[in-house]
Amino acid sequence: MSYFRAENLSLHFGGLKAVDAVSFAVEKGEILSIIGPNGAGKSSIFNLISRIYRPTSGKIFFEDQDITEQPPYDIAKLGIARTFQNIELFENASVLANLLVGRHRHSTTQLWQEFLFLPSVRANEKVHRRRVEQVIEFLDLEPYRDKLISGLPYGVRKVIELARALCSEPKLILLDEPSSGLNVEETDDMSFWIRDLKNELGITVLMVEHDMSLVNRVSDRVIALNYGRVLAMGSPSEVQQHPDVVAAYLGA
Amino acid sequence: MRFLFKTDYEDDIKLFPHSGYYVSYGILLALLLAAPYMLSSYLMSQLVFVCIYATVGVALLILTGFTGQASLGHAAFLAIGAYTAAYLQKYNVPFPVYFLAAGLLTGIIGAMVGFPALRLTGIYLVIATISFALIVEEILARWESVTNGNEGMRIKTLSLLGVPVPRDSPAFYFLCLAVLVLTIVGTLNLLRSPTGRAFVAIRDSETAARSMGVNVALYKVKSFAISAAITGFAGVLFAHKLSFISPEMFTLQLSIEFIIVILIGGTFSLHGAVLGAIFIVMIDPFLTYLKDDMPGIIAGVAATFGAGKERAASIQSSVAAFASLNGLKGAIYGIIIMLFVLFEPLGIYGRWLKIKLFFQLFPLYKRATFKRQKIYVKSERNR
Repeated sequence: MSYFRAENLSLHFGGLKAVDAVSFAVEKGEILSIIGPNGAGKSSIFNLISRIYRPTSGKIFFEDQDITEQPPYDIAKLGIARTFQNIELFENASVLANLLVGRHRHSTTQLWQEFLFLPSVRANEKVHRRRVEQVIEFLDLEPYRDKLISGLPYGVRKVIELARALCSEPKLILLDEPSSGLNVEETDDMSFWIRDLKNELGITVLMVEHDMSLVNRVSDRVIALNYGRVLAMGSPSEVQQHPDVVAAYLGA
Repeated sequence: MRFLFKTDYEDDIKLFPHSGYYVSYGILLALLLAAPYMLSSYLMSQLVFVCIYATVGVALLILTGFTGQASLGHAAFLAIGAYTAAYLQKYNVPFPVYFLAAGLLTGIIGAMVGFPALRLTGIYLVIATISFALIVEEILARWESVTNGNEGMRIKTLSLLGVPVPRDSPAFYFLCLAVLVLTIVGTLNLLRSPTGRAFVAIRDSETAARSMGVNVALYKVKSFAISAAITGFAGVLFAHKLSFISPEMFTLQLSIEFIIVILIGGTFSLHGAVLGAIFIVMIDPFLTYLKDDMPGIIAGVAATFGAGKERAASIQSSVAAFASLNGLKGAIYGIIIMLFVLFEPLGIYGRWLKIKLFFQLFPLYKRATFKRQKIYVKSERNR
């Protein structure tokens, strides 16, 4: 049995089939990229997995557990974290506060305990803070700790999104276009970090990406989508040379 | 200027970033404790109202400022607290019991309001909470067996463990102050723990909060319940301070006053609730001053600039007529809200921070420091 599996996943908006009977599997510890032209249904698949959309049909399994009917907030509790294509950070909070929200799934304290800030809450907070610091160090975010998100440049926000996802200590991370809007140097950094996610932290990565050089550098396998359907699946070079993929991108 | 060197994770958790705060808040607390022996009874009475309004302000900040759920129904929560106290007092329930009962009941009703509010945002939520407030007002007027209808209810002098605490005694002021301080400290504790961060997360991006494992519905209901419960506690004190309550005290105007408290004070910090409360409570004496003294002063000024006796008298009477216009208070509220939204969205506390920074950085202060810049347009797709 594979680690993460989507079976015949479909999402229809009226007559539009945004995702049409897509099946794929992710093995533990691999980096799988989903590519495809605009509107191919890549982000829709992510939104299906994180339950922002409800699938029209099909099932999603994670660690052999059917998560299709789980409420959205439970997805994170299972160990699936995600980033967003159009950054969804908490704008009017500091970087630290943003990252600490990532720790939410590990919080165990009750409301009344927090109201009194009992020693148990304080101890927990310190643990959260330490974990967050490890992520900050991992992603070189030290200069920004106490800054408000609303004052930070786009490239840094992108990294903070990744950091927030990492703070939840996920087993599977969904990266929605991690390099969009980044310059060449930042994209390079991002590609190293994505490799490190896999090699150092042992996190399985599912990624939607347009930048083919980044895809080639980091992915173990690639899935190509068009019009909500799977065109090709395999190693990066196999997929790129697949006639259907070439036709989808260049038109033939 | 002071530079903070953090050497421990504790430094990010503790309430006061550095020891200077202990000094300044200590002095403030000492002044507040000494106030009954220094201020006139009128100002003491105003100070009690500041405490009560500030408590409601903090409650509203939790809901509106930090969770991002607007409410124009807080007068109703205050009313529920006040009436619970008045009703239970009739059956000789001791103060600590009905105080807690009022908070609990208001909290439960707050949660019940929170449930339908889950699907509403922005202006629709405001309308829903207004309707709730109107319903409560109507119930208070009609349920005569419990609330005594429009005749209102009288509240007996508060008695704490057998000791009477009259509404204009220093002891009552200390009680209100204690409730306010406990509310503020509790709220600060909440804000530095997971629940408070979840509130802020919901305010800024529900989608992201959800995908980080925050049960958005649950936390919204929690926020409503906490906010309502604190307002309920304030309602008990409010009832005791007024010693008489009737439905027409808890109108929409009171809810708007609470909104003004946080809007003018500043919605991003608890300081705002206190500053806003001081502001709103001092409006009444200001209006009285306007009514009593302004006509004479303006007429006097006019006379010194060469207006004749008759002219000055007519100016005096027209100013007096203007100052005693019926809707003047509402108009002043409206103008104040507009001016603050336009020119100082961060409120009085925001202005204070700017002044403080100006002196800290003098002469290097840049005007643009607090300017909010939009770097990109946020996607509304996943709402």
